[in-house]
Amino acid sequence: MDNLRIDNLSWRFILVWNRNMVVYRKIWFVNFLVPLLEPIMYLAAFGIGLSALIHKVSYQGTPVSYVLYIAPALVAITIMYNAFFENTYASFVRMYYQKTFDAMMTTPLSLEDIIAGEIFWGATKSVIAAAIVLGVITCFGLVSFPSGLLVLPVSFLGGLAFGTVGMIFTGLTPTIDMYNLPIFLFITPMFLFSGTFFPTSTLPGWAQKLALALPLTHVVNLCRAFFLGKTSLGLAWSVLYITAMFILLFPVALIVMRKRLIS
Amino acid sequence: MSTHIPQIIRASHLGKKFGSLQAVDDLSFELTPGECLGLLGPNGAGKTSTIRMTYGFSPITSGKLEIFGLDINTQWRRIRAKIGVCQQENNLDPDLTVLQNLEVFARYFSIPGKEARDRAIQLLKFISLENRKDDKVTNLSGGMVRRLVLARALINSPDLLILDEPTTGLDPQARHQLWERLELLQKNGLSILLTTHYMDEAARLCDRLIIMDQGKILVEGKPAEIIHTHVGDHVVEIADPDEEVREFVTAHGFLHDLLDRRIIIYGNEADKLFEVIGDRFCRESCIKRLATLEDVFLRLTGRGLKE
Repeated sequence: MDNLRIDNLSWRFILVWNRNMVVYRKIWFVNFLVPLLEPIMYLAAFGIGLSALIHKVSYQGTPVSYVLYIAPALVAITIMYNAFFENTYASFVRMYYQKTFDAMMTTPLSLEDIIAGEIFWGATKSVIAAAIVLGVITCFGLVSFPSGLLVLPVSFLGGLAFGTVGMIFTGLTPTIDMYNLPIFLFITPMFLFSGTFFPTSTLPGWAQKLALALPLTHVVNLCRAFFLGKTSLGLAWSVLYITAMFILLFPVALIVMRKRLIS
Repeated sequence: MSTHIPQIIRASHLGKKFGSLQAVDDLSFELTPGECLGLLGPNGAGKTSTIRMTYGFSPITSGKLEIFGLDINTQWRRIRAKIGVCQQENNLDPDLTVLQNLEVFARYFSIPGKEARDRAIQLLKFISLENRKDDKVTNLSGGMVRRLVLARALINSPDLLILDEPTTGLDPQARHQLWERLELLQKNGLSILLTTHYMDEAARLCDRLIIMDQGKILVEGKPAEIIHTHVGDHVVEIADPDEEVREFVTAHGFLHDLLDRRIIIYGNEADKLFEVIGDRFCRESCIKRLATLEDVFLRLTGRGLKE
């Protein structure tokens, strides 16, 4: 366990977060554009296109319109994509091509501060993007308030979990092209089978259990409940699942990155 | 008699192992306040490994390493707060402007915003880049980039500056620009540890040198002393030497290197016999010159390719 140095972790991770925020603000317009336009495209395609074929989907025994069904999933997917891509491609570029981490490690920042700062930043990007998507969907009248606002803390928690998974791949991937593999094996199946575009209850029994193991399923659960104003105590399990995932995998991310960068 | 000066760096029996490769082997040296110490050596000699240990980037395998009297293993954060490092690679932040590179870096040292800006502006003046402060760093020339890396290393007003091959790849103008600034810093009492492949750079900037190879120290001393001790003061180089020269040199026991098509003879001009070589054998394709650090370096570390 030589590579797990939790004692190196300090408040200074916020300085790494700050560096990324400075860069983000320079091109904020481009950064805002994707979460602004993407949900409109999805709502147009699925809402107008597919709604003609699928009228109602059953959610907790009540039929809801298809557009209302998928709208919260769009936020959940945004949360996953933003943190995961930030802590894979973007972190890899900073680590490998720009040697930003190397320069930081000549200052009082530890490697652990840097990794924590990167993951924290990934989660922040999830929150910003989720807030924009939430705003857009609200304009279409598809969100119940005030419960809808609860997707913001969910986006932070989900961002931490997906970012941590991304960071583990960053610690392990030999080249930037190899990210195709975790995307194909992990991200795409979640995008499709986490109760995003159809209820998991339509899947065969074994696949339902498998879907329950996917973190996105839980983020979708939470977002949908908050969007539709159907909060219940059962949601605590989803919160617990995502939190546990982050807490258990965060040390793994620290270990693989230390193994990769310190020799 | 033992004097008690607090050393900037005190390395004793320092070792670094990468798997089975002993990159640094039982290295002991000190750097006294205000001194510029140069680490010379061919590629793979262990210079960068040594330097990386001194700023706590690379954990030490064996021995003891103290900076400002603090143990690098446990006090690395306090140590790093008081050192400036120019790594071998130019790792300026391409996502930020020239000024932002300094400001954001200052934040890593917990220097507050206002002070960070003041120091950044001041340092940009020092490296003559104040009129480029809003430029992207990707638009700077190689020499400007190197100067900015130096400014960034000075943002925390360090007590020790660590430079890993500071002028590799620069044109002569850019090299001199950088040297002048380093000399100024030295004059102000900054302690410097540097590695270099350039003997003229080492001779010009360093008060004391360590020539190392395969992780070990070969020689240590002041540049002029090292030259004097190891190759004398003067050199005669003769291309395509005939039998007569070679016999003369061997017969009189001159320090020399016989290469494929060249003989290099080391000596002292005050030495009458050495003068004879110049008079008798020095025709065309012969050079008489002062001995340099490069002569010492090549004698000690060999002339074969190192990689």
